Amino acid sequence: MDQQILSLIVVGITFAIYIGIAIWARAGSTSEFYVAGKGVHPVANGMATAADWMSAASFISMAGLIAFLGFTGGAYLMGWTGGYVLMALLLAPYLRKFGKFTVPEFIGDRFYSKTARVVAVIALLAMSITYVIGQMRGVGIAFSNILEVPLAVGLVAGMAVVFIYAVLGGMKGITYTQIAQYVIMIFAYTVPAVFIAITLTGNPIPQLGLGSTLQGSDTYLLEALDNTMVELGFTQYTATEGGMSMLNMFLLTLALMIGTAGLPHVIIRFFTVPRVRDARKSAGWALVFIGILYTTAPAVGAMAIWNLVNTVHPGEIGTEEGHLAYEDKPAWMERWEQTGLLEFEDKNEDGVIQYYNDEDEEFAAYAEEEYGWEGSEIVELDRDIMVLANPEIAGLPGWVIALVAAGGIAAALSTAAGLLLAISSAISHDLLKGVFTPKISEKRELLAGRISMAVAILFAGYLGLNPPGFAAEVVALAFGLAAASLFPTLMMGIFMKKMNREGAIAGMLVGLVSTLLYIFLYKGWFFFPETAMLPDNQDGWILGINPSSFGPIGAALNFITAYIVMKMTAPPPKDIQELVESVRVPRAD
Amino acid sequence: MSQDLSREAYWKANLRLLAICLGIWFFVSFVLGILLAAPLNNFYLGGYPLGFWFAQQGSIYTFIVLIFVYAWRMNVLDRKFNVDEE
Repeated sequence: MDQQILSLIVVGITFAIYIGIAIWARAGSTSEFYVAGKGVHPVANGMATAADWMSAASFISMAGLIAFLGFTGGAYLMGWTGGYVLMALLLAPYLRKFGKFTVPEFIGDRFYSKTARVVAVIALLAMSITYVIGQMRGVGIAFSNILEVPLAVGLVAGMAVVFIYAVLGGMKGITYTQIAQYVIMIFAYTVPAVFIAITLTGNPIPQLGLGSTLQGSDTYLLEALDNTMVELGFTQYTATEGGMSMLNMFLLTLALMIGTAGLPHVIIRFFTVPRVRDARKSAGWALVFIGILYTTAPAVGAMAIWNLVNTVHPGEIGTEEGHLAYEDKPAWMERWEQTGLLEFEDKNEDGVIQYYNDEDEEFAAYAEEEYGWEGSEIVELDRDIMVLANPEIAGLPGWVIALVAAGGIAAALSTAAGLLLAISSAISHDLLKGVFTPKISEKRELLAGRISMAVAILFAGYLGLNPPGFAAEVVALAFGLAAASLFPTLMMGIFMKKMNREGAIAGMLVGLVSTLLYIFLYKGWFFFPETAMLPDNQDGWILGINPSSFGPIGAALNFITAYIVMKMTAPPPKDIQELVESVRVPRAD
Repeated sequence: MSQDLSREAYWKANLRLLAICLGIWFFVSFVLGILLAAPLNNFYLGGYPLGFWFAQQGSIYTFIVLIFVYAWRMNVLDRKFNVDEE
């Protein structure tokens, strides 16, 4: 059967499943709409959280990112998993005990201030909207790349499906759909990885295969990869030098950890379990399900770069049989060339391909002298193709390729739905019910929630179709804001009984503004690149700190400001201090 | 000597447990996976240089175990201090 039709059928089946679940899990009350009636089993919630959390970026981009970073790619792996430790230990059980619907609601109640609640809503909307644009874009790209339909068609189909199950089912519909999406996603990710691990190392478990010897040889895969990379002028794959500096790896890991723990659409997942102890355990289950993908990703990345290099350089480098001739290119290379994500140029017109590190001047000079190379001939290599092309590189059957398409779409849809719920609950519950029209009936609030969800979907879809030029940078912004504004404020709300309204608001504002300023300095005011004040590179960064890694510093500024302001102003009223005490123990009073 | 089973004592016990868990969290990722990764890379776990393994595999496994151990120890504390949910 034609690959495109097969892919469309598989994606169509998954869509039918999502809609079926939506009809079965309709939400009837605000509690069901916002927190699935607080009745989700911790294991099921862990699985839904994993799907909620793992976005198109985790599914499609992360392995490719690691493939080209090598060792320092660990910052993403540790950062995006270590945040769950912070969430499970420092936030989830206490927020669950508090027992309300949204993150701004906790901040507003704990700091007895509508202003604090509104500031939290602004921070939440800023990060959730920037984040959701990338997801809608991911849905569109998965459709247009793999199914070969126009971006707009794919995007509208994706929006329609999310619309049905999120607007109808709220958190309840989203949760059960996300469980199905997790299963599809993890299956689509691990099946090609298992096949590739078997082909290369004979070990079917990718996590073990990466540490094994190559099939029919005594050499370890990683050792062989290190040697090959050095022969091509790169640094060793597993070595700590190359990639980013140690300071930036340290800060980026910390930024991603704190940012993950402060993302409201993930935090609200822990409001949906029945008890406090379920919230603790559920975070563990979430990390188990996330860990399955995140420990497979390093194997996918390393094996993909190994396969790529060995396809281009099948033999000893510099010899005639050591290079792939242009006319012998495998079919998958030809196919990806058509998308423009992979591009070759025969610079020295020798009819064969050379791929090496021509940015290293010493090695480039040596290669020209020794081999007559005039520059790396893979001139465009989009890292996102690493996961998508994987099944083709490994020569897997058509249904696996179709499954990867469905998996990518599932990853993007599940995250988009979680974000849309966070956005709609912030508007209907925090702004309408909490601030503007406190007397609104439950029925009207539910309707308002559905309408704001629908508007958010249309808005996100529009931006996904006409993305502002800064789509890639804004993800760093979303994490920076979560790390610098929400996480410290939530933590102080629980762990510092004496933290007061003034301190919390001042801290949040300083965290928000300092992070925004630092990012705008390098990326341009409101992301207009021409307005950047300082060069965005190692030399231009203050103390060598990358804007993506600024989160922990913004968080530290938040803590310090809050502490100083707290010392100068009146302590919180007695009933608030009692609220903190009751949040700290699982048993209801 | 009778044990102090007050809420303050419960909170102190919780903070102590948190400090231990977060210490381990920091040690496997930031110390073993980043700061000491270069010297650790001279040792091997199968084909994995050890620093590389901590940065891309080991820390994730540790995080998972850590959350479950914390959840289990907290359940024990909850019962001991009689603050568990019935």
